[in-house]
Amino acid sequence: MSSATATAVPTEWKLPSTRKVAVITLILTESSLFTIFLVAYLFYMGKNLTHPYPNEVLEFPVLATIALLSSSFTIVFSEMALHRGSKLWFHLWWAITILLGGYFLWFTGAEWHHLIYKENLTVATNVFGSTFYSLVGLHASHVIIGLFLLCLILILSLLGKVPKDHTEHIEMISWYWHFVDAIWVVVVTVVYIISIRVPNVT
Amino acid sequence: MNTDIVDENFEMPKPQPIGQERGSLTRIAQEMVFTVDHKVLGLMYIASGLLFFVVAGVMAVFIRLQLAVPGNTMVPPDVFNRLFTMHGTAMVFLVGMPIIFGFANYLVPLMIGARDMAFPRLNAFGFWVFFFSGILLYFSYLGAPGLYAAGSAPDVGWFAYAPLTGRAFSRGHSTDYWTLSLLLGGIGSMVTSVNIIVTAVCLRCKGMTLGRMPLFVWLFLVVAFLVIIAVPPLSACQIMLILDRYLGARFFDTQAGGSAVLWQHFFWIFGHPEVYILILPGFAIASEVIPVFSRKPIFGYPVMVAASVMIAFISLGVWAHHMFSVGMTSLENTFFAISTLLVAIPTGIKIFNWIGTMYGGKLRFELPMLFCLGFLFQFLIAGLTGVMLAIAPWDWQLTDSYFVVAHFHYVLIGGLLYTIFAGIYYWYPKALGKMPDWKLGLWHFVLFTVGFHITFFPQHIAGFLGMPRRIYTYEAGRGWDLWNLISSIGVIFQVAGILFFVLNLIYSYIWGKDAGDDPWDAWSLEWATSSPPPAYNFETIPEVRSRRPLWDLKHPEDPDWKFE
Repeated sequence: MSSATATAVPTEWKLPSTRKVAVITLILTESSLFTIFLVAYLFYMGKNLTHPYPNEVLEFPVLATIALLSSSFTIVFSEMALHRGSKLWFHLWWAITILLGGYFLWFTGAEWHHLIYKENLTVATNVFGSTFYSLVGLHASHVIIGLFLLCLILILSLLGKVPKDHTEHIEMISWYWHFVDAIWVVVVTVVYIISIRVPNVT
Repeated sequence: MNTDIVDENFEMPKPQPIGQERGSLTRIAQEMVFTVDHKVLGLMYIASGLLFFVVAGVMAVFIRLQLAVPGNTMVPPDVFNRLFTMHGTAMVFLVGMPIIFGFANYLVPLMIGARDMAFPRLNAFGFWVFFFSGILLYFSYLGAPGLYAAGSAPDVGWFAYAPLTGRAFSRGHSTDYWTLSLLLGGIGSMVTSVNIIVTAVCLRCKGMTLGRMPLFVWLFLVVAFLVIIAVPPLSACQIMLILDRYLGARFFDTQAGGSAVLWQHFFWIFGHPEVYILILPGFAIASEVIPVFSRKPIFGYPVMVAASVMIAFISLGVWAHHMFSVGMTSLENTFFAISTLLVAIPTGIKIFNWIGTMYGGKLRFELPMLFCLGFLFQFLIAGLTGVMLAIAPWDWQLTDSYFVVAHFHYVLIGGLLYTIFAGIYYWYPKALGKMPDWKLGLWHFVLFTVGFHITFFPQHIAGFLGMPRRIYTYEAGRGWDLWNLISSIGVIFQVAGILFFVLNLIYSYIWGKDAGDDPWDAWSLEWATSSPPPAYNFETIPEVRSRRPLWDLKHPEDPDWKFE
């Protein structure tokens, strides 16, 4: 059919990359999921019938937050090294990103262990427990998925199985990791800054 | 140019057949399981949707049989609760959703001149996840009694209000089957929608700008965005419900500070956009069918697109109109009443544009057009009762009555199902290469339309007279007897209509006339390829210069692109 219609078609025809659009929509749908858990947490703030309350047991996770937020920078450094063509620095920064993420996950585990065994806060204790564990747990599960993807890339790259034209795949994983970080900023603000200042009204 | 992609000598590597020749049952089953072709998956979506439609339809027949006369004891109350729960859940999640995704799967790549969806394997994953979520829901009839030996299928209603779903009130595993099935189905919907968005955004053929994209594709793009924003809240509240039921969490446990109203909010944040997720595909089909059978281009294309986006946007802020009677503040009631009324504006624009398309056109009353005309009138009635229910005081009077039942059946049957019938008749020649039989189709249309109105119009009146929904029987002499009897009689006509529909599908496949590539003299790209289309859709990827590429091809002396 092109013979009749070929003249007015633009010579340049570029469409966005399928990978990028897919990851953006994935992030959009995940944001919607997180929003509901955040709303549940905000809704039940200060409505506990039993102790413990957030201000009695929660402490601001300074080191874990620094670790997770700086991992967003290290992964950018890693990508820049990849674009420069420096495999060594790519692997190095990538491994540091994994370590920082791993530290964050370890911290969450330690915090939960403390809350469960020392403070007797479980998911069934009160509405704070239910909303806290589901929200932070949802985030932690995303960290686990992110770490799995990061480790996969590191292993494949060390084995030399990541060809040059796959840099966009790696970029997509870093987008996902940035999203996990951005969500943590919201979670930490709601859980560790706002909710410990809200008095219990019931 | 993309022609170099096609290699004449290239042969698709086929999975090894299990020692059977083509056409045998095992071979067909094997191809169905292994396929990643968007067209085969699309037909599988529609076929399994129709299968669940028959099952859930039979349940509705039992509901109407039970309610035909007062004081009926045919169906016991607990069985009745399961019937309306399974009917509602199945019709929304196992009939409506898969059929619209089937249409999207089959047609979006064809209409934008692509060879497949963006992620074919993800597409197959989405189908199978949906399919097994349906099996899981219906398996509850066998598996749900569990250790408590209490209950079988879910009986909590399709929106499963707390605290009915709590451990104390829903023993056994029926609610678990319900919640896991919806969680699974939600995953299927989300991945399929991601796929639709990526396909429509990234795989358009040369020249297919957003302003030239068929309205069908535009509307499915909007629907897919609604799905990825509105379905996660459903998944979130299912996760909370599972935590409540299995780990003793307190989300919806009112005795431990939880809130039953929060479930309603979360469910309807999903539930109301879901209504638009279901009806916008109906608009999509009508926007393709009406211009072709009026022999005129669609009236007001940019306004149609804007109205669709506007409907989707407003629909995210109207959910609490399902909850006027729970006792919200006046401010909330006013907000949700006004936002709901706002939906009438873009919807009205659409209806006027379809009428504008037909005005002065040369109408051809083929089967798809008949069903689209039915859709226009019936959806108007549904919209008017919807506007009534948006007024909070009116809703206080009629909520949870048969007026609401009549309203949403006018939306989902009179609106969605009619356009699905129109779509099936319209694209049947494309998918199967045979023309649907006009006479059988007319019987289907007449019987089903008569039956539909006899069944559901009297329910408005029963609702006015105070008949609540979801009751398994009622006393004689309350003024409801006559309306219920009429309503049940209508079912006979509807069932007869559906039988003609099924008969037509089978009859036309075997004895129907050959369709040819473009039986309706249509204008969008799916008609440019053969019927049924080959696995690769197009031999050469087409190039597009206007909204009606096939018109340009057939009328080189008067092409559209000169005027756009």
